[in-house]
Amino acid sequence: MNQTAQFRARAETEAARLPALLARAEHLAGTVLLGEHGRRRPGMGDDFWQYRPMQPGDELRMIDWRRSARSDTQFLRQREWQIAQSVTIWVDGAASMRFASSDDVPRKADRARLLALAIAILLNRAGERTGLAGTDVPPRRGEAQIERLALALARDSDEDYGAPQTRGMMSHGRALFLSDFLGDIGAVRDALTEAADRGVQGVVYQILDPAEESFPYRGRTIFESVGGTLAHETLKASELRARYLDRLARRKDELERLCATTGWLFATHHTSQTAQSALLWLYNAFDGGHGR
Amino acid sequence: MILGPLGFAAPWLLVALAALPVLWLILRAVPPAPIRRRFPGVALLLGLRDDDSVTDRTPWWLLLLRMLAVAAVITGLAGPVLNPQTEQNDSTGSPLLVVLDNSWASARDWPAQSELMEALLSEAVRASRTVAVLRLTDPEPLVFQTADAWRSRLTGLAPVSWEPGPQDLAEAVAIVADTNVETRWFSDGLARTGRDALFDALSANGPVTIHESAVPLIALSPAEVAEGNIRLTAQRVRTTAAREIMVDAHGRDPAGAMTVLATLPLQFEAGSPVATGDLSLPAELRARVTRFEIAGQRHAGAVTLTDDSLKRREVALIAGREDREGLELLSPLHYLRQALEPTAELLSGSLSDVLPANPDVVVLADVATLSDAEQAQLIDWTERGGLLLRFAGPRLAASDVSRAQEDPLMPVRLRAGGRTVGGAMSWGEPKALASFSEESPFSGLTLPPDVTVSAQVMAQPDPTLAQRVIAQLTDGTPLVTRKRIGAGQVVLFHVTANAEWSTLPLSGLFVQMLERLAVSSSIALPDLDELTGTTWQPVQVLNGFGTLEDAGTLPGVDGARFVQDRIASDLRPGLYEGPDRRLALNILTGQTVLEGVTWPGTATVVGLERAAETPLGGWLLAAALMLLVADVVASLALSGRLIPARAAVGALAALLLSAPIMAEAQQSDTSLDDDAKALLASSEVVLAHILTGDSRLDEAAHAGMRGLGETLYFRTSVEPSEPVGVNLETDELAVYPFLYWPITPDQPIPSDVAYLKLNDYLRTGGMILFDTRDANVSGFGASSANGRKLQQLAAPLDIPPLEPIPADHVLTRTFYLLQDFPGRHTGRSVWVESAPPDAEQVEGMPFRNLNDNVTPVVIGGNDWAAAWAIDELGNPLFPIGRGFAGERQRELSYRFGVNLVMHVLTGNYKSDQVHVPALLDRLGQ
Repeated sequence: MNQTAQFRARAETEAARLPALLARAEHLAGTVLLGEHGRRRPGMGDDFWQYRPMQPGDELRMIDWRRSARSDTQFLRQREWQIAQSVTIWVDGAASMRFASSDDVPRKADRARLLALAIAILLNRAGERTGLAGTDVPPRRGEAQIERLALALARDSDEDYGAPQTRGMMSHGRALFLSDFLGDIGAVRDALTEAADRGVQGVVYQILDPAEESFPYRGRTIFESVGGTLAHETLKASELRARYLDRLARRKDELERLCATTGWLFATHHTSQTAQSALLWLYNAFDGGHGR
Repeated sequence: MILGPLGFAAPWLLVALAALPVLWLILRAVPPAPIRRRFPGVALLLGLRDDDSVTDRTPWWLLLLRMLAVAAVITGLAGPVLNPQTEQNDSTGSPLLVVLDNSWASARDWPAQSELMEALLSEAVRASRTVAVLRLTDPEPLVFQTADAWRSRLTGLAPVSWEPGPQDLAEAVAIVADTNVETRWFSDGLARTGRDALFDALSANGPVTIHESAVPLIALSPAEVAEGNIRLTAQRVRTTAAREIMVDAHGRDPAGAMTVLATLPLQFEAGSPVATGDLSLPAELRARVTRFEIAGQRHAGAVTLTDDSLKRREVALIAGREDREGLELLSPLHYLRQALEPTAELLSGSLSDVLPANPDVVVLADVATLSDAEQAQLIDWTERGGLLLRFAGPRLAASDVSRAQEDPLMPVRLRAGGRTVGGAMSWGEPKALASFSEESPFSGLTLPPDVTVSAQVMAQPDPTLAQRVIAQLTDGTPLVTRKRIGAGQVVLFHVTANAEWSTLPLSGLFVQMLERLAVSSSIALPDLDELTGTTWQPVQVLNGFGTLEDAGTLPGVDGARFVQDRIASDLRPGLYEGPDRRLALNILTGQTVLEGVTWPGTATVVGLERAAETPLGGWLLAAALMLLVADVVASLALSGRLIPARAAVGALAALLLSAPIMAEAQQSDTSLDDDAKALLASSEVVLAHILTGDSRLDEAAHAGMRGLGETLYFRTSVEPSEPVGVNLETDELAVYPFLYWPITPDQPIPSDVAYLKLNDYLRTGGMILFDTRDANVSGFGASSANGRKLQQLAAPLDIPPLEPIPADHVLTRTFYLLQDFPGRHTGRSVWVESAPPDAEQVEGMPFRNLNDNVTPVVIGGNDWAAAWAIDELGNPLFPIGRGFAGERQRELSYRFGVNLVMHVLTGNYKSDQVHVPALLDRLGQ
């Protein structure tokens, strides 16, 4: 519990540096739940938005009689559309994330959880609802939710490579996948396809250790996965470098292509970079830095 | 085989070095073990094949490391030796003769000599030569033995403190004649007769090599007294460059430990063989010096022992009458002072003052009666070897001392009155002295004709009188008598010490007589006449290295030999004890001149240095081991296993380290507690009570202190923290301003150390409140158990005079105005330090100007702690009085406590208010 508290404190520190984040709410149906921020267009909500003259097709019960009595035409009163977006986060808790090539960089899992919680705090502050995919933490708001997220995020899983989860994902909501995506690409493809089917858009955020990016190994080596299920022996590790980097680039390309197809965003983050830059990027990605 | 300075025992092994390149190729072909790495990206590696089946090679530097290790092993096994000793001459067959001068001058170079001898002997062992050793100080027939046998005896050889004499050398010549030997002669570098003859004899036998150190020998002549200083003279054998040496004066410090009392630098001028310097020492220190030694010269010649001749004797002069108004020339001590001043230290003062200084001589000039204590002291001092010199005079003549029976401090009985001859009212002429007899210590002194005696005290004829007289007048009446008491003696001059009764003090004879009596001592060595026929027993003798050794069973020496003979095996340098003094016999006399030896031109003279043979095999093998360890570390590092290894080593080290630390932590627990307690007490005001060992009483006292603390906290600006119980034996008291000490009849008496602390505490401003808790039924007398205990406890305490608390004591008004000091009991009498006797009440002042400090003790019996005591919730623990009156009593007891603590913390502040009217007056209000 102490570890969780510490983790929460660090995430709060990261989140404190950004203004409240307003997630873009593009989709109406299904997830319309009233939230705090108006959409500057008429819709469902509590606040008055405008009176508009009655048009054909409007129902009689929608007429605002008090306003209409002051003039000859009938007016309808419209309210501002207020919604809250649901953001579902999936953080890879598999063994491959528990890797750090040196003492100077954090483990990938630590960085991923930190970013997840930080973005959750920002979203919560902006009135959005956040939840964790694949767990029993559905999207909710409030400080208590942050606690629940922090607890749920601290859980490790035993498998060697994680597969993205779509369970608990709200239709037409937003989603964030944090992982190294070094495992089976098929699972990623399936998850993204399913998410696209449900109208979910989001961000695929790949977190890599600098050693995974540079492959600084030489000599006779047996490489083992962190969980110990996979092993590969080579007599000259330095010979493998070019081909490994090639494969990594192809993996990134494939993820990028998948994202482009499904309307997601894709980016890669290295644990040697600061968490702040990553959070800034995620902030932009959720705030609609894409010209909308 | 020899390569430069290196030799090899098994050179053929070096061939194996040629195999190293082969080893290189083999080692290169073997791949290093694979490294296991955790790597999540392995998923991307699956299915990748190595292009090339050849592995990475072992790094070249690791190969080099291993090559070096193997090369070191091969070379080490080949038995390399640095500076191998090889035979330098062809006379392998002939036996070896080692000739040692073995004198004190050899002692300095003895370590080098014995090392060289060791080397020679080990060489002889290898060459299977027999060896004989000839010590010139003790020539014995040659015994040729195996070198091994001599090696084991080498440690038994040591230089002696004398030199070989001419007859020793002549004997040696006879011994070595006609033997075919090779000779190694270890010379001490000093010239002596007979050396050339021995050299010739040895040269006739075979080759002679002379080993002699080139460092000049420095020796110290005996110390002399010159112009009140000690003159030290050092000599050296070779007059080379200028050089400074340090001479240390050794002696016992007042604690009795040998130490260097003074150091004198002596400067040899270039080309000069002698260096002289004067050392000025206070008489006290001079008497302590036992020997002088040249620093850094470890031989007997650098040491000179001192005897009595250096000492200035301490003479205490005591006169019977001190007429300050009288003429100086009539003073009874004037002539003594004149005679002794140049050679002795004079002490004056009363007898009881000077005796503890343990003077060598006490002179009593016309002192008749001594108090019993003085007499006992004087007898004791005399028996321990003191010389008591008495002079007669009018007082002695008039007194009854030694009249009816012999006084222990008088050599003879005296007849009443004495006699006067040659005066206006008497017949006869003044008497002259008779010549001294043979047995007298004065024998041989010439009598000046003008010494006459006109008055004297007369000795009573006794059977012992004849043997006690050491000087007499021409008519046979004793003039000087002597008696031995224990180790000391009493000498009585039957005349005065001034010129009243005789002209003796005016003559030079007086001084000589004093000298003979060893009152003054400026004599160095007694002359031949005196020494002839005396026997001197050696007490301590010098060995060759200049260390004093117990003489053991060495026989006594005829005194004449001190002057005539040179130092020899039966006349060793050292300290000798004679009939009445000690003599030091040194190696150098004042006349000795050291001379260096001059060898004939044919002699081979070499130094003592010799490059030692160093086997290197062990070092090389050790280096190989180190290289292999480095190889292990490097291999581990290469295969990535070094980190766990380091962690394991670290854990092991931590484990090893932590064990003693934990033990230490456990040990220091109690002391930490003490420190924490003292720290707490010094950072806050803490009321403390003394632990009595009675747990109920201690709890009550604790609760009482708590109650008082709470009251103080609420009513005053004193905010005490939780009270503590103080253990007198272990706790620091100085940090508590106030101690409450309840008395029980059965509490232990504190130890002396605790009383020391308590007294310190009281003297430095602490206060103790003694509480007998018995309502003072006995008035602090011995009739109550608690009162008795209080008397016992307080007896060793440094408590000032006490008085019942006066009505104007500052305790009555430090915070509350009080006149009663009730606790659980309401006894009135409380005792505090009494006011100074001169304290008086000034008219118009409410109270006296009283003592200026806090009373160190307050003694009462009202069981205050019980009245103050509260439990954790603040409820009173003990019932006090009855109903509301009881509560009033409790309130008053709290007020007393507040006043008391205020008194402790603010002292006489309230007392100073007596000055307020005056201050106001001065301010003009």
